[in-house]
Amino acid sequence: MTIEELEQIAESVRLENGKFDYEVNVCMDLACSSQGSEKLREALVKAAEESGKKVLVRRTGCMGPCSSGPLVRVDPEETLYRHVKAGNAEEIVASLGGSPVPSLQCDLNEHFGSQVRVVLENAGYIDPEKIDDYISRDGYKALLTVLTEMTPKGVIHRITESGLRGRGGGGYPTGLKWGTVAKSSGDLKYVVCNGDEGDPGAFMDRSVMEGDPHRVIEGMAIAAYAVGASKGFIYVRAEYPVAVARLTTALREARRRGLLGNGICGTVFNFDVEIRLGAGAFVCGEETALIASIEGRRGTPKPRPPYPAMSGLWGKPTLINNVETYANIAPIVRNGGKWFFNMGSERSKGTKVFALTGKIAHTGLVEVPMGIKLREIIEVIGGGVPDGHTFKAVQTGGPSGGCIPVQMMDVGVSYDALLKMGSIMGSGGMIVMDDTSCMVNVARFFIEFCMTESCGKCIPCRAGTAQMYTLLTRICQGVGTMDDLELLEDLCSTVKEASLCGLGQTAPNPVLSTLKYFRNEYIEHIAEKRCRAGVCNIEARVEVTA
Amino acid sequence: MPAFTPPPLPSDDKRWKIVNGTMRKNGFARYALIETLHTVQSSFGYLDDDAIRFVANSLRVPLSQAYGVVTFYHYFSLKPPGKHTVTLCAGTACYIKGSDKLIAAAEKRLGIQPGQTTRDGNVSLMTARCVGACSRAPVALCDGEVAGEMTSEQVLEQLERWTVE
Repeated sequence: MTIEELEQIAESVRLENGKFDYEVNVCMDLACSSQGSEKLREALVKAAEESGKKVLVRRTGCMGPCSSGPLVRVDPEETLYRHVKAGNAEEIVASLGGSPVPSLQCDLNEHFGSQVRVVLENAGYIDPEKIDDYISRDGYKALLTVLTEMTPKGVIHRITESGLRGRGGGGYPTGLKWGTVAKSSGDLKYVVCNGDEGDPGAFMDRSVMEGDPHRVIEGMAIAAYAVGASKGFIYVRAEYPVAVARLTTALREARRRGLLGNGICGTVFNFDVEIRLGAGAFVCGEETALIASIEGRRGTPKPRPPYPAMSGLWGKPTLINNVETYANIAPIVRNGGKWFFNMGSERSKGTKVFALTGKIAHTGLVEVPMGIKLREIIEVIGGGVPDGHTFKAVQTGGPSGGCIPVQMMDVGVSYDALLKMGSIMGSGGMIVMDDTSCMVNVARFFIEFCMTESCGKCIPCRAGTAQMYTLLTRICQGVGTMDDLELLEDLCSTVKEASLCGLGQTAPNPVLSTLKYFRNEYIEHIAEKRCRAGVCNIEARVEVTA
Repeated sequence: MPAFTPPPLPSDDKRWKIVNGTMRKNGFARYALIETLHTVQSSFGYLDDDAIRFVANSLRVPLSQAYGVVTFYHYFSLKPPGKHTVTLCAGTACYIKGSDKLIAAAEKRLGIQPGQTTRDGNVSLMTARCVGACSRAPVALCDGEVAGEMTSEQVLEQLERWTVE
């Protein structure tokens, strides 16, 4: 495969697509497919055949606004239809060439207005099972450019220059990490993609792996060239069977096209990727635990140093990045580090994909430039809190993050700003809560999660989260005391300071942030035996015991 | 040192050949433990003592270590699943949208706790940490099919349909 051949493939795809007058794209992501988008696609194919019009019906990855699904976009007009049923297929096909179907049309200009698509640039535009679709949108161009025109040092320089930071949550500078692995000695090195999206409430990585799998593979191959690795692993949750299937297909296609394997693009560069399945352990998102899991062992973390960059998988230097980090690589190589550096805020560059869920009008995936105000994400892009309820808090960072209250809504989203507010960027889950959510109960929910997911290796996390859970349960039941609250705060700092890995070190965050911003709710539970959201149902409990 | 010969298959059940295939593909290397256990579970529905013993012996992994792995990961099950399985997602987005009510309704109707199967072996009730369909919370998986924006009534209706069968 050479760049010329790549361009030929892209050209033939364009020619093929040019034979059609219209393109009807059907979103097949989980939210849409669970509402019958496959039946809808079949109906569209049938209607198109019967109409005699030249229509290309394409299955695509997530288009974004899942709450309006099943979604259909008609090109070249870019008309977006929402809540489309199989029964609407005929009217959609009939409308092609005329004016759009008004009853199905959705106006999401505000929703899309402030979004910038880098990671999701292909989502909704390509068939994830067709490598040629990806190639037609500049796919693998970055890899071939890197292999033929750039030195590994040059690649690392470009990534460093871009200011990209790890999208898995920690925000470690990607270029620096790559540089460390590149400098580590040893002829055998590994590149690992962390697709163990364990944060409940986050599904960006699933969507990228399912909707644009080649983007991840290309990013990994570029990374492998830069650090001198020849073998890669994608670690995916077993709970994501579609992602596993799409990645398997993508890897096979990439090998067939000579974009993986030995002597890629006529160079001496060899690289191939294997998929490893997770088995349902949140702690495996931690890199040393993930390594243990790939090696077939229990996913228990190890103290660092040594960092995986020095001694990782089977003791070899290993580069571990998250799905979204790899998904950013190809565009950075194509457009230059400066292009990426110019997007975003001072110390957080580029864009970030968020999974917007909870009590919000438009749930789904959004990609926004770093530094955008939380208010804009929630009120403009997300359409605000529905059903006349009032917005209370937004939770970011999953069980390692915190709840950000309404008074902080004008802060711009960046790694540092979120950390300062007592939360973290995390992998990108954003769960909106309204007045029907009890913040004490929310804290208890997350601590219960961390308690069950604690691997049990170190005592602060294993015993600490269990004790915190007991205390929070007492408070929720209306039998907690002010001493319990003091003990809870004390435990928070012990677990935070003394735990071995990120799981324990961040487990108290949901408690600390709710204590910081919603302390009055804790006091109400303790002193007044009252839960203002009506979730804890204390009055009923107290009556029963009395 | 004599070359290692893997133990014979536990029975002539064809599914063991699939399991053996996974191990062979990985050269009977120890790191294939989790991969192989996945194959056992997808072929047999769960992991019993015989299966764990066979895999451990084949990969030369101490039995204690194999059992440790099986019990460490939530995805692996030591009990056979019921004829039908309803999995209620208990992820954050589902929790915020009231998945606890769905779980309580199913528990009450079936008379079992999450992780258990009804005595007649008809329905297993499971909870999931997150299935990634958060935008349609609360979510249930009915025999693997994703159903979003569920209400307690809809969950009970589904359970009813399975009971009538």
